[in-house]
Amino acid sequence: MRIEQHPILEFRRGRRITFTFDGRPIEAYEGETIAAALHAAGVRVLSRTRSGAPRGLFCAIGKCSSCLMTVDGIPNVKTCVTPVREGMVVQSQRGPGRLNPDFRPREREVRELRAEAVVVGAGPAGLAATRVLLRHGIKPIVFDENPHLGGQLIKQTHKFFGSRAERAGVRGFSIAEELLSEVEGEAEVLRQARVLGLYFEDGKRVLAVAHTDRLLLVEAEEIIVATGAEERFLLFPGNHLPGVYGAGAVQTLMNVYGVVPGKRALMVGAGNVGLIVSYQLLQAGVEVEAVVEAMPEIGGYHVHAAKIRRLGIPILTRHTVVRALGGERVEGAVIAQVDEKLSPIPGTEREVSVDLVCLATGLNPSTRLLEQAGARMAYVPELGGRVPLHTPHMETTLPGIYVAGDCAGIGEASTAMLEGELAALSLLSRRGLELGGEMEATRKSLEKLRLGPFGARPRAGKEKVFALMKGGSGG
Amino acid sequence: MAEYRSTGILMGSELAGKVPPRERLLKRACAVIECVEEIPCNPCEEACPVGAISVGDPITNPPNLDFDKCTGCGACVGVCPGLAIFLLDLSGGSVRVTLPHELLPVPQAGDEVELLSRAGEVLGRGTVVRTRRAGTTSIVTVELPAEELLWDVRAIRRSS
Ligand SMILES: Cc1cc2nc3c(=O)[nH]c(=O)nc-3n(C[C@H](O)[C@H](O)[C@H](O)COP(=O)(O)OP(=O)(O)OC[C@H]3O[C@@H](n4cnc5c(N)ncnc54)[C@H](O)[C@@H]3O)c2cc1C
Ligand code: SF4
Ligand code: SF4
Ligand code: FES
Repeated sequence: MRIEQHPILEFRRGRRITFTFDGRPIEAYEGETIAAALHAAGVRVLSRTRSGAPRGLFCAIGKCSSCLMTVDGIPNVKTCVTPVREGMVVQSQRGPGRLNPDFRPREREVRELRAEAVVVGAGPAGLAATRVLLRHGIKPIVFDENPHLGGQLIKQTHKFFGSRAERAGVRGFSIAEELLSEVEGEAEVLRQARVLGLYFEDGKRVLAVAHTDRLLLVEAEEIIVATGAEERFLLFPGNHLPGVYGAGAVQTLMNVYGVVPGKRALMVGAGNVGLIVSYQLLQAGVEVEAVVEAMPEIGGYHVHAAKIRRLGIPILTRHTVVRALGGERVEGAVIAQVDEKLSPIPGTEREVSVDLVCLATGLNPSTRLLEQAGARMAYVPELGGRVPLHTPHMETTLPGIYVAGDCAGIGEASTAMLEGELAALSLLSRRGLELGGEMEATRKSLEKLRLGPFGARPRAGKEKVFALMKGGSGG
Repeated sequence: MAEYRSTGILMGSELAGKVPPRERLLKRACAVIECVEEIPCNPCEEACPVGAISVGDPITNPPNLDFDKCTGCGACVGVCPGLAIFLLDLSGGSVRVTLPHELLPVPQAGDEVELLSRAGEVLGRGTVVRTRRAGTTSIVTVELPAEELLWDVRAIRRSS
């Protein structure tokens, strides 16, 4: 189902086109992904495992492989990030897809490029870094694997927190538009450009980038990695059913493509993401049964909790989801109270009638690229998982490679933007620019955003990372 | 642990000193800021044209409102990302609350609406007096049937 009217968003839909799914024609709009168009048409089961279990969309940003289908004869295509095209032939798969032996791929172009600087990821961190580089006369190439630029920001219909200087009070998607308008046309920004690898050749830094149909080999003097984060999964029976989504996928469907993910939702997790997405579900006309949270208290800001409480949505602390019910898709869920050790208490189970279970149980930094390039890493739970070691100025252990935003430790858009600026300033100082004052001021603003009880965890996490970086350990 | 951290509902004790006194509200409308935590946020401070709200440095300070300076203009209501600012008004014999609203349909003057508490309970019915737009947020002023409701009504819903 598509959202026709929304209190905040206007959906500018592209030209109407038709493609086929397992032989049947499906109407879609240009600019949508295959998975979004199928959702709008009511198709939830995208493929099946070898044993026949149904699989649907989960992450919607190309990170989980739950949406693989065969497209125009090519198996294992991530349909959540692949745009639909007129006449496309989309087929569900059973088990891993198989390439037809007669299939002859087109010759793919390989292009070699050189750049003074490359920014990987066009979320708030990458865009803020790009803006600083441009201001000092460096034109970076920016790569983002998504067809839409702006990272997490483009899904956020709420006004942002943070300081007015970092555009707090402005809605997330508008911040993305503003940032983009400042860099597009100035820097070279490539969408649907996935950076596959980062390596060293004859002392030079080289990136391998799959850009739509071609391979780019980019020799870069300096690189800022701002790849963001990916959602954590939760183990429970039925979690494979179509209708169990990551919170980010629900946001992408609703707020980017204007497609409702279901009729009635159970939200798992009362951190800021769970609270905000619950509110966004209400705005899209989806009912929310409850928010369950295993911990004894709400993790997110009170003001976000208050928004949904006063609209009558219960927040059940010390509760969890025990299982999702249904054969082909979610038809309900069982929730229960948990004890001190977070185990469900027998006898407290309760069935809820929902067709959508939304997981907002946390994010992990997306660090594969840096890890593969050989950056030293450390497991820092306060920052969401394994993170690349870095200095307070965002330098990694690899010379000329910097990191910023959620991939350097889960934070906020406001902190991601300041980290992006710091990374760019470090890059510029390495090239001999005298920027000490600006760097100090930026670092101070960043520290201030991490004060208070909600900043305690990231603050402690960053201290650990800086100490490990100084001590030269980690692994 | 404060109770609101598990319930999501602020109690009188947390709001002590944050609610403008009745005498003040008899003169003209005044904001009430239901934002009590140390979070990194300050757009309300910048939005206020008369400098009635102070957050200061560091940015994690909870906002503080000077009731005497506040003119009840509502600029802060439309800018607060926490939707945590409301206007209360007892002037001229009226009982009015003004609140941010981001759901469809947009309430229109004359509409009868259900009045909801911080816990989402229906407290009664009221009438929309006026709807202003701050970007895509509606700022809705509602006339309440009784003065005691002024301290508890914090959301509205289309009457069913
Ligand atoms: C529901 C929700 C509400 C939020 N609310 C707020 C708020 O009110 N205030 C606030 O300050 N913050 C908020 N945040 C947090 C904020 O959105 C993130 O912290 C911020 O977006 C992180 O920025 P980033 O640039 O590091 O990463 P992202 O925004 O995740 O961007 C990363 C980008 O990198 C791209 N990418 C990743 N890997 C590759 C690759 N290999 N090749 C090419 N491109 C790649 C991705 O496509 C993506 O566009 C919220 C987050 C969520 C989920
Ligand atoms: S209502 Fe107007 S004067 Fe009063 S605090 Fe808000 S912005 Fe300032
Ligand atoms: S803008 Fe709203 S959420 Fe932010 S500090 Fe002010 S009152 Fe609190
Ligand atoms: S990769 Fe497509 S849903 Fe996760």
